[in-house]
Amino acid sequence: MTTTAPDAAPRQGAGRAAIAARTLRTDRWWFPPAIQAAGLTLWVAYATFRAFMQDHYWIDQYHYLTPFYSPCVSNGCTPEAAEFGRFLPDWPILPYAAMTLPFLLLFRLTCYYYRKAYYRAFWMSPPACAVAEPHSSYSGETRFPLIGQNAHRYFFYAAVIISVINTWDAIHAFTTADGEFGFGLGNVILVINVLLLWTYTVSCHSCRSIMGGKLNHFSKHPVRYRLWLGISKLNGRHMLLAWVTLGTLAITDFYIWGLSADWFDDLRFVN
Amino acid sequence: MSEIETHSYDVIVIGAGGSGLRAAIAAREAGKKTAIISKSLFGKAHTVMAEGGCAAAMGNVNPNDNWMVHFRDTMRGGKFLNNWRMAELHAKEAPDRVWELETYGALFDRTPEGKISQRNFGGHTYPRLAHVGDRTGLEMIRTLQQKIVSLQQDDFARTGDYEANIKVYAECTVTDLIKDGERIAGALAYWRESGRHLLLEAPAIVMATGGVGKSYKVTSNSWEYTGDGHALALRAGASLINMEFLQFHPTGMVWPPSVKGILVTESVRGDGGVLTNSEGKRFMFDYIPDVFKDQYATTEEEADRWYTDADNNKRPPELLPRDEVARAINSEVQAGRGSPHGGVFLDVSSRMPAETIIKRLPSMHHQFKELADVDITKEPMEVGPTCHYVMGGIEVDPDTGQASVPGLFAAGECSGGMHGSNRLGGNSLSDLLVFGKRAGDGAAAYVDSLSARPVLDEVEVKRAQERSVAPFGDGSQDGAENPYTLHQELQQTMNDLVGIIRKEEEVRQAITKLGELKERAKNLVVEGHRQFNPGWHLALDLRNMLLVSECVANAAVLRQESRGGHTRDDYTTMDAEWRHKLLVCTADGDDGVQIVEQEQIPMRSDLMELFELDELKKYFTDAELPGGATA
Amino acid sequence: MSYQQKFSVWRGDSDGGDFVEYDVEVNEGEVVLDVVHRLQATEAPDLAVRWNCKAGKCGSCSAEINGRPRLMCMTRMSTLPQDTTVSITPMRTFPVIRDLVTDVSFNYEKAREVRAFVPPADLAPGEYRMQQVDVERSQEFRKCIECFLCQNTCHVVRDHEENKLAFSGPRFLMRVAELDMHPLDAAEDQEGLNRKAAAQDEHGLGYCNITKCCTEVCPEHIKITDNALIPLKERVVDLKFDPMFIRRRKRKSKEKEQVSEEG
Repeated sequence: MTTTAPDAAPRQGAGRAAIAARTLRTDRWWFPPAIQAAGLTLWVAYATFRAFMQDHYWIDQYHYLTPFYSPCVSNGCTPEAAEFGRFLPDWPILPYAAMTLPFLLLFRLTCYYYRKAYYRAFWMSPPACAVAEPHSSYSGETRFPLIGQNAHRYFFYAAVIISVINTWDAIHAFTTADGEFGFGLGNVILVINVLLLWTYTVSCHSCRSIMGGKLNHFSKHPVRYRLWLGISKLNGRHMLLAWVTLGTLAITDFYIWGLSADWFDDLRFVN
Repeated sequence: MSEIETHSYDVIVIGAGGSGLRAAIAAREAGKKTAIISKSLFGKAHTVMAEGGCAAAMGNVNPNDNWMVHFRDTMRGGKFLNNWRMAELHAKEAPDRVWELETYGALFDRTPEGKISQRNFGGHTYPRLAHVGDRTGLEMIRTLQQKIVSLQQDDFARTGDYEANIKVYAECTVTDLIKDGERIAGALAYWRESGRHLLLEAPAIVMATGGVGKSYKVTSNSWEYTGDGHALALRAGASLINMEFLQFHPTGMVWPPSVKGILVTESVRGDGGVLTNSEGKRFMFDYIPDVFKDQYATTEEEADRWYTDADNNKRPPELLPRDEVARAINSEVQAGRGSPHGGVFLDVSSRMPAETIIKRLPSMHHQFKELADVDITKEPMEVGPTCHYVMGGIEVDPDTGQASVPGLFAAGECSGGMHGSNRLGGNSLSDLLVFGKRAGDGAAAYVDSLSARPVLDEVEVKRAQERSVAPFGDGSQDGAENPYTLHQELQQTMNDLVGIIRKEEEVRQAITKLGELKERAKNLVVEGHRQFNPGWHLALDLRNMLLVSECVANAAVLRQESRGGHTRDDYTTMDAEWRHKLLVCTADGDDGVQIVEQEQIPMRSDLMELFELDELKKYFTDAELPGGATA
Repeated sequence: MSYQQKFSVWRGDSDGGDFVEYDVEVNEGEVVLDVVHRLQATEAPDLAVRWNCKAGKCGSCSAEINGRPRLMCMTRMSTLPQDTTVSITPMRTFPVIRDLVTDVSFNYEKAREVRAFVPPADLAPGEYRMQQVDVERSQEFRKCIECFLCQNTCHVVRDHEENKLAFSGPRFLMRVAELDMHPLDAAEDQEGLNRKAAAQDEHGLGYCNITKCCTEVCPEHIKITDNALIPLKERVVDLKFDPMFIRRRKRKSKEKEQVSEEG
């Protein structure tokens, strides 16, 4: 009788082909995760810096409010920018939009696309397909904290409310401080940004499920089936929208920052 | 003998394609302990290649369809050489077999009322083919596979063992059937993985091994199609019928090698694709037989008008029946006007815009783009006849699937009779289901009828074992033969000499050549050891291919007429005197064959009455016609 | 037009093995499987490889080419660089039998653990009515040719042998999704089997971190992650995590019980 050798459970399972290399891929498999890591890091750095800046977020003349400060609910907010009241204490460590930013962050953090991106780019689990990951054990999203990813739909609900607020901001920006109709390049940017935010938000996988994905008989729910079809189309571009909206958010914010800091003037078409 | 792994079953099914799995389900549901032996992995059988659909007269799309219409279509397709009882059972039972698949979880495409959708196909009067896009075969194999899993789950719930009553032996090849006297007693097999032998003891064996296409150089069949079931049955004493009838598809790819043999669907021609030779000439106009002169266009202008106005113009000659097209391609190639790789050109690229091609032929476009980097919107395809299906096979009792050897049953492509001289598209998948079930039921009933189980003869087993490892040799052979070389020569011989168009002298040459190959095969030596050794596997398969090829060639030389899948250049017409004769092939000695003529059983009168007398006159002799004896 | 190409083929078995270099003639229009067959017919007659249809329909010839999980019959030589050696290795996640052939029984064991379609007891064969829109999602999953490349590439088991026990892999989670979306499956009504719960508790859906490699390697281009795994995860949230839905379902099942008691 033989006994099984008592070695520690080998990562390379018993009987697998003895190939030492971590991967035999010859293409530049490391490039996509590297560029994603760089992109996400840069964006987070910029957003963090701006969120805590507590300045250059509002153009009073044109009613431009950057989405990073929407809604502005801190006692530190310029009163004209605070459309929804001021009630949070004015502390340097508390962003003026502290009511919403955490939800936006969590919406994106639990997003099925971003999960893929950062699991690959930061956690290297796996860094790329058929490239071994560096971890000795793996439990995926079965336990705390990652089991929390299942709350994604609640952050989606929050994101819908925030998108409504952002829409209001974009509409409000069509009035000037003098109470007249106004229209400038800033309006164009704000509107494009908010439209893309909406498409990103509703293209969410949770939204797709809620609208119709959970049904087993589309034929009995023609309206929800239509909605599901539409959302499925957008959902196919969820990754693209995820990146594009990071771009438009940063561009919108930077434009308002620039206007506020007088680096350039708004291009006005009307008033 | 004492070391060999041995298992005992009530029914063994050899082959895990559509008919094998359906037979296994039937046997298991009849309470029989069943084994399925598969040369490949479970679920990979050649059935997955079937695209068109599964013919069953459910009447979902056209309510006028019924079993009688289907029966008539099948008999006409087979040029009335079919075993009429099989065609009858097939037409009657196909709908039930298809509906049954839905209870196993199959998801066919639907009609607006939610029923199974049915599509048109060549030779079928009404839309009749249940389908799932162009992957109906895959759906079928997966559904049957999952039904078997479901039965295993039931067994697990009851006994704690998934394999208590039905077990799949994957990657396992049967080399010999073992008999007890006249009766089947079991089979010797080997595991492809380890090369170790395996002995399966069972009173009943269902053969479901598919076709023989791998004896041909250009074929749409996979490596498994080496005629194992045909050869095993022959050696066990059973007979094969109709082996001269092979279906060649006129347009299989001949180049590039990655897609050689793969079918180019007929709709490419139906949608405007034209056949040209190396001189750029649309040669089909030169090959319109007199009988078709009135129905086909004689000028390119008229032919081209047909695509947009079919009612007022005659069809282009590219759409002549398959055998005519194949014969024309053959002639062009032999006259030296073929394409660089021995075919002719099939061109859609110069006929319509790329977008139209992609819209009308999406899967063709996709398949060739992905598999071969051939863009059919930009360049012509190189095509030639490809060996597709064998109508002939093991002679069985229509109702039970039993062969002439007690305990041996057969179903599907490896059985013969159902399709006569030519099979209709879509009738293959339904054949698998109808006769798979019947063979499984037949085997179960046979087992019930036995008073004592047959006993395996140890000497027989030992001899079979020795035979299967013979190709390893003892290192002393001179002039050892390589199985790959022999296989190539066999394929070339069958392709060139017993291909789509046959001549007596050529087929005789082939018979001589087959004799030589058989001699040389005795000196086959393979390298390496028994563990997953493809050379050895081929050497064993080769023995089967040679035997079956002999049946094909010898039957082809005897049948002096052209009918369905048998076209003779020296006997170009159909002869009613040959319709009622079957050529029956049996083994003669260890590795030889002999062929005898056998009378077809006259068709039952009520079935005969389903046809107009005028139609019957084309096929039957006067004496066979109703009232003919008195006329 | 033909050229010589250097290949590095892994040869060996579960006791060990190594790469063997071959210099092989490659002709225009060939795929990797053609080259492997040429090797068998010339230099390496005992090179073990599994294949069947050679048309991308049976899913037998799965291997890794230059480290990427692929079907050999669907990898054209023209897509590989001519100037460097092409490596061909067996699938890494499964035990090797010999050379390029692996033991894929893991997949067949997992397949058996997914309860098959349960036919509704009140419908006879031929009475099934389903709308095309209702079967389309499951039909996409049934395009699967079971090449097991998704199972092979999924890091959950590829990099962690120990997870094989708890995780069924993308192919069989997709099978659960297929059955859960089947308009007539009666598993819950007749056998009390909730397929969503089974996906999470028995087949390890929670292990999936949706990094989409299964979708990337699928030769049938099935959107495994977006159309099967994520929708299944969302259905599991309905069942197990979302308090709103859990409450609603409890209320419904209570009503149902009352109805059946009254009836």
